[in-house]
Amino acid sequence: MDIELQQVGYAYSKGTPFEKQALTDVNLHIPSGSYQAIIGHTGSGKSTLLQHLNALLKPTEGTVKLGGLEIRANKKAKNLKPVRQKIGIVFQFPEHQLFDETVLKDIMFGPLNFGVPADEAERRARALVEQLGLPEEVLEKSPFDLSGGQMRRVAIAGVLAMEPSVLVLDEPTAGLDPRGRQEIMELFHRLYVEKGLTIILVTHSMEDAARYANRVAIMHEGRCVLSGDPEEIFGDEQHLSEFQLSAPRVVRLQRRFELLLGYSLDKLCLTEEQLAVEMGNIVRKERDF
Amino acid sequence: MMEKMIFGRYIPGDSFIHKLDPRSKLIFVFLFIAIVFLANNAVTYALLLAFTLLTVFFSRIRLYFLINGLKPIIFLLIFTFLLHLFFTKEGDLLWKWQFIEVYEEGLRQGIFISVRFMVLVFITSILTLTTSPISITDGMEVLLNPFKRFKLPVHELALMMSISLRFIPTLMDETDKIMKAQMARGSDISTGSIKERLKAVVPLLIPLFVSAFKRAEDLAVAMEVRGYRGGEGRTRYRQLKWDWRDHTALVLLGFVAVVLWWLRS
Repeated sequence: MDIELQQVGYAYSKGTPFEKQALTDVNLHIPSGSYQAIIGHTGSGKSTLLQHLNALLKPTEGTVKLGGLEIRANKKAKNLKPVRQKIGIVFQFPEHQLFDETVLKDIMFGPLNFGVPADEAERRARALVEQLGLPEEVLEKSPFDLSGGQMRRVAIAGVLAMEPSVLVLDEPTAGLDPRGRQEIMELFHRLYVEKGLTIILVTHSMEDAARYANRVAIMHEGRCVLSGDPEEIFGDEQHLSEFQLSAPRVVRLQRRFELLLGYSLDKLCLTEEQLAVEMGNIVRKERDF
Repeated sequence: MMEKMIFGRYIPGDSFIHKLDPRSKLIFVFLFIAIVFLANNAVTYALLLAFTLLTVFFSRIRLYFLINGLKPIIFLLIFTFLLHLFFTKEGDLLWKWQFIEVYEEGLRQGIFISVRFMVLVFITSILTLTTSPISITDGMEVLLNPFKRFKLPVHELALMMSISLRFIPTLMDETDKIMKAQMARGSDISTGSIKERLKAVVPLLIPLFVSAFKRAEDLAVAMEVRGYRGGEGRTRYRQLKWDWRDHTALVLLGFVAVVLWWLRS
């Protein structure tokens, strides 16, 4: 499902003394099957932007196209339910939305709302719990008896159970320990590769964006100021620093390495693994020389 | 939906009214509510309205904003107006259609009641719009102090009030967030039968309660850690100051009261 934002603007409390412009003239095209990262500081409008991606907010200016559905400012949008099924949002701290008696029921909540039969919903819930690395006993427990990390997984399962074709993630690893962080990010990556999901990742982490995304957009003061592929965006450190952002650690390491080496590498490495391979090649070349 | 409510909201500013001591504002509003009932003819109501508009002017809050704030109670306003219009049967008959009759006295009463309503809402809204909730509680605490003699836990009440006021916006935000999260999971509060809607409230309320209790506990721990132990001997960071403005406001109100008393029929 293609997503396109055209000249989107959004103001909170429009028409009152509390009016606050959160988005201005945002243009973004997210083709089906891409892994889009959206980066920006707190208050840059990321979260507001994200709520437009599933029609939770209606733009006050411009147009949002979600697949075949067009949402325009000043026009009442109808029939949003099918879109909400196809675009799943994992909000920040999604464990705050858990409410049901058991984990099983909570995961089934989404699919049942969209008219999936109960046995199918249960089948999905069981499969997801396994996929997310949770023990099976968890299904009959109350979600409030779980640990923080487990609650997070259950909440994510609740969104995945709707089987969306686009997954929007708002800092899905905030507050997790490094290991839990990596596991969750790997899980999303697997879904992206195996199931061909479109993923939109809103994050602070340059490292996550560099490692997983194939398209990056930078938000700054309510505008989408940069967008392109990760090599392009992260290679241009000067531009990044204009928006008080720094390149991912691995890119900075590469730059230091190049400084010592006296020349630049042919390509920009976005993961530690890539950089290790490149550095290995150079060391081998020097030794053979 | 919640964005549009103005009652109970505070707009920072530095107008004459903003600078008044919360104590004098509270006294002003209480006295004003009593004084409103002195008016009983066209002149007195006009004076009351003029005085209110003057207060609005001095608060530098845009009138249209206050009128917008009337929207939630507009039905109540219209209802009381119509009640008086149709059921007061005194004075000359103005208009008649089948069994509906409108008398002169009814029209007068209807207008008076509506004005009284509006004036009360305006003045109380101005109190909350120009005074931060914290100063209101501070003012209340000081004004209620004499009741400590009767074992009224004034400090605790004020603390409870300021904490609850402090958390209204937080809980509103939280509600909004959870509502959106559940909407994204296909739950829908705004459509369906009443039974369906009530069922859709559960996924909203439970997470809200859970987080409210968590917050309460965090707050209690944070207060305890910082050595809070009640109001005994506690000094204040925010000092209330009573100056010429407060005298002026109350004297002016007293003057209006005297004139109203004199002009009423």
